[in-house]
Amino acid sequence: MKRIIWMFGFVATVVAALALAQGTLPSLAASPADKPASSTTVKIDNFSFGPATITIPAGSTVTWMNNDDVPHVVTSDDGKMFKSKALDTDDRFSFTFTKPGTYNYYCAIHPKMTAKIVVQ
Amino acid sequence: MAKFIRDNLNKDGIDRRGFLQCMAWAGTGVLYSVHGGILKSVPLLQGAASGMDMEKMKGADFSFIQISDSHIGFSKEANPDVTATLQIAVDRINSSAAAPDFLLHTGDISQLSKPSEFDTAQQVLKGAKAGRIFFVPGEHDVLTDDGQQYLDRFGKDTKGKGWYSFDHKGAHFIGLVNVVDLKAGGLGSLGSDQLKWLQDDVRNLKSSTPIVVFAHIPLWAVYPEWGWGTDDSEQALGYLKRFGSVSILNGHIHQIMQKVEGNVTFHTALSTAFPQPAPGTAPSPGPMKVPADQLRSVLGISHVNYVQGNHSLAIVDSPLA
Repeated sequence: MKRIIWMFGFVATVVAALALAQGTLPSLAASPADKPASSTTVKIDNFSFGPATITIPAGSTVTWMNNDDVPHVVTSDDGKMFKSKALDTDDRFSFTFTKPGTYNYYCAIHPKMTAKIVVQ
Repeated sequence: MAKFIRDNLNKDGIDRRGFLQCMAWAGTGVLYSVHGGILKSVPLLQGAASGMDMEKMKGADFSFIQISDSHIGFSKEANPDVTATLQIAVDRINSSAAAPDFLLHTGDISQLSKPSEFDTAQQVLKGAKAGRIFFVPGEHDVLTDDGQQYLDRFGKDTKGKGWYSFDHKGAHFIGLVNVVDLKAGGLGSLGSDQLKWLQDDVRNLKSSTPIVVFAHIPLWAVYPEWGWGTDDSEQALGYLKRFGSVSILNGHIHQIMQKVEGNVTFHTALSTAFPQPAPGTAPSPGPMKVPADQLRSVLGISHVNYVQGNHSLAIVDSPLA
């Protein structure tokens, strides 16, 4: 048992050292299921967000990309937290989620389009 | 000459009591006339209106034209030149034998609310021989500045986000805005401020006053799955229930739809820019691509006649190409 803890400690130290060497500060994994902060893309196709639900660690950036022939406006349900400009075909919008929580969003001009981001 | 394909859309046999003797649409425009409070319409075919059309217009108190969904700025495959097709619509208006008193544009003037798009639209529409153009915004016209640019250009002297009413030769026209402050998961929305205004606006009108309501998104549930409807339209229609003649003119869905419910007739107009699929027939309501040589016919071929005494609607197919 002691040996396993020591091994974890060693691995964590090496990871931290590597991260520092690269000048980055990753959110250290508390369990193997967690992923480090990253970038995720949500595609807009045929008046829908895909995937409709994504789960990301805090600090991750989500980028929406509009593949439709019509503009869309990515907006948090409260209309305040984030709101893109009108995204024409191939336009992108990015937002970084720093706090854990569930964030529902929609298209401000096609409000039937709804989806959510789960930040852990 | 028009080729008549009759299709009974209404099997309910509603007695329209002569209120709507004839309705007709053309993709590039619809010419409406009001005869003693009765709304009629004829299509704008190639060149001057036909003799048959003119017969229907006889004795009209006045006429007006509805155009919709110009989407100036759109340049995708479904129509690379929407300015040209808007120009064709204007040419049709100008070649109509019966000059309209005014135009109604039921929104989506632009594609992205860009100043250059509004400039082009205004430039082309200025060429229309009509007394005045009345607008309501589509969702594409209010993408920036909370719709302020739309209001500055097209909505001067309007209330709230651009709603208003006016009287013309005995008929009461109401322009409504149902494309702003849309809530997640919902449809088009009028909102409580506008509904309150509407209730006050019609309060003192006689029930015999013909009412014409125009707004961008349909004020009836055409296909809610695609957002083709307005959440609080029932409340608005409630205020209009006592009137003997109510006509609702909408755009947004780029195709002809109609419904008659008691004294209320709902119409949607074609676009001058590109067609959209029939409800549920495509993965999404996005622009429908047709071969280039068929585009004009899709924009301009269809109108609907109410055949007097037949208690049914006739879809008339009149290719322009």
